[in-house]
Amino acid sequence: MHTLPDPTASGDSRSDGPRSDGPGSDGLRSDGLRSDAPETVSNPAPGNAPLVAMAPGTQMGSRSRLTAKESVFADGVFRSAVTFCAIALVASVGLIVYELIIQSHLSMSKFGFGFLTKQIWDPVGEDFGALPFIFGTLVSALVALILAVPLSIGTALFLTEICPRVIRPILSMLVELLAAIPSVIYGLWGYFVLVPVLRLHVEPFLAKYMGWTGLFSGRMYGFGMLAAGTILAIMILPIIASITREVIMAVPRQQREAALALGATKWEMLRIAVLRNARPGILGAIILGMGRAFGETMAVTMLIGNRAEISKSLFAPGNTLASVIANEFTEAVGNTYLSALVEMALILFVLTLIVNGLAGLLVWSITRGTPRALA
Amino acid sequence: MDAGIHVKDLNAWFGSTQALHGINIDMPDKQSTAIIGPSGCGKSTFVRCLNRMHETLPDTRVDGKVTVGDMEIYGKGVSAVSVRRRIGMVFQKPNPFPTMSIYDNVASGLKLNGYPNRSELDGIVESSLKKAALWEEVKDDLKKKSGASLSGGQQQRLCIARALAVEPDVLLMDEPASALDPISTSKIEDLIFELKKQYTVVIVTHNMQQAARVAEFTAFFLMGNMVEFDKTEKMFTKPSDKRTEDYITGRFG
Repeated sequence: MHTLPDPTASGDSRSDGPRSDGPGSDGLRSDGLRSDAPETVSNPAPGNAPLVAMAPGTQMGSRSRLTAKESVFADGVFRSAVTFCAIALVASVGLIVYELIIQSHLSMSKFGFGFLTKQIWDPVGEDFGALPFIFGTLVSALVALILAVPLSIGTALFLTEICPRVIRPILSMLVELLAAIPSVIYGLWGYFVLVPVLRLHVEPFLAKYMGWTGLFSGRMYGFGMLAAGTILAIMILPIIASITREVIMAVPRQQREAALALGATKWEMLRIAVLRNARPGILGAIILGMGRAFGETMAVTMLIGNRAEISKSLFAPGNTLASVIANEFTEAVGNTYLSALVEMALILFVLTLIVNGLAGLLVWSITRGTPRALA
Repeated sequence: MDAGIHVKDLNAWFGSTQALHGINIDMPDKQSTAIIGPSGCGKSTFVRCLNRMHETLPDTRVDGKVTVGDMEIYGKGVSAVSVRRRIGMVFQKPNPFPTMSIYDNVASGLKLNGYPNRSELDGIVESSLKKAALWEEVKDDLKKKSGASLSGGQQQRLCIARALAVEPDVLLMDEPASALDPISTSKIEDLIFELKKQYTVVIVTHNMQQAARVAEFTAFFLMGNMVEFDKTEKMFTKPSDKRTEDYITGRFG
């Protein structure tokens, strides 16, 4: 109680402090009022009410008169600026699509939809089909996801739940650092380290124990779909892990407590209260990682073996849409050749759109019926 | 079985700040005890020590002895998981699992125990929802609606049903009605009145009228100390400590 009159006293002292100091505090005490601001305004103590009511009012008045016109103008400028930004973004996407369609027109009219299903890639005879590249793009991304998703969710869970708090920031930073390494460096590392390891140790092991699946058979070059998928997995791991980490941290503490109070062990708590709630966010992270895997060019080009063929075995060399464009664009001499490469770019673009759309649908179907407030 | 709660010399810390100082209290079986006191007096920390939830926060420490029935909560070889399966808890903010249906919410605790029998599960879900006075309102869309689609008061009763489904001996409630409107609050209070016939209930509350309405016993906490523990009626009419009297008559807090 004794501390309460102080704020009013200091407020009063700006005009005529000592006079209203006494009555103000007395009135409060005898009334037994215990709260501060609203009561003091309605308190009829002389000199108190006008001061509190006027002081902010006059200040605001003088300031807002100056800014009234300015703020209307500033509002207009701001509105136009952000509208321009939005339009520029949409327009550039539109222009890219337009350019891709125009440039690939020659190839489209020559091969039609057969372009998507043919397995021929013959620059000399000017006969092209995109199927091996579509296959390579999808399979290398799939291999990458199969390897990276469990690893990144595990990493995220370790970072949020198990890791001692002292080393947590260091490890988190290291994971994010992985994302900042230029892809050509991954390519080089893959060339000198990953490929020999795959050829000498991993591939013979897989062929011995998993060869019956047909996925791991044939000659072991080191270079090939498996190498490309592995390097992609390492490259998308930090994206998925860091977003998953943030999604997991965003799950409210009350959810964890709900599970723990029911007698859940740590793992059960993570399963029913954390991962379950974080599912849409984790899916979003996986989609972002997949987008990167689709478009990644340099490291894949260095490791995939660059052969336009479809093989069941992951040991076999392959090719992807992105890496064939990067590899052959400079040497594409004929108009049809060039146009076919641009059409590949268009296919990659559409493929990304379709996969993102499907993924969005998946997220929607999971979150349907769950209020937004939760996540 | 006797499920009274006996607390001896309980101390609790957050980092280097001591939140509870040598609490001694004996709460009788199948009665409800209200914990009152101003904000920050340690009343939530106290109930969270009773089912070992306090230690789930980082940098926390507890010592002392807490016995519920024959189980020593902080005894050697007693796991926090087994403690929490016998001592249920309802929190201030309703926290149903939003991705689960109403049915799955109630069954979630049982599923953790690996409950195999479908039809038995149905029966327990129904009886728990009935005990929580929610059955009539939700029986038609048990599996259709998410736990989060209910109103705040219904969500809180769902959380009570979820806690009851595992058949605990004790139910701890940490300001269970403070986030709810008056009508939902009175429903929860009626419910507590029913529940204390079967369970030992400990309820933390800010609201002294609520303590007077639902609890046989009341403990008054101040600055991490337990000032007084007595029959609610006596606490609110003839408290023996001056500080209790000051708090109850609204002199501070």
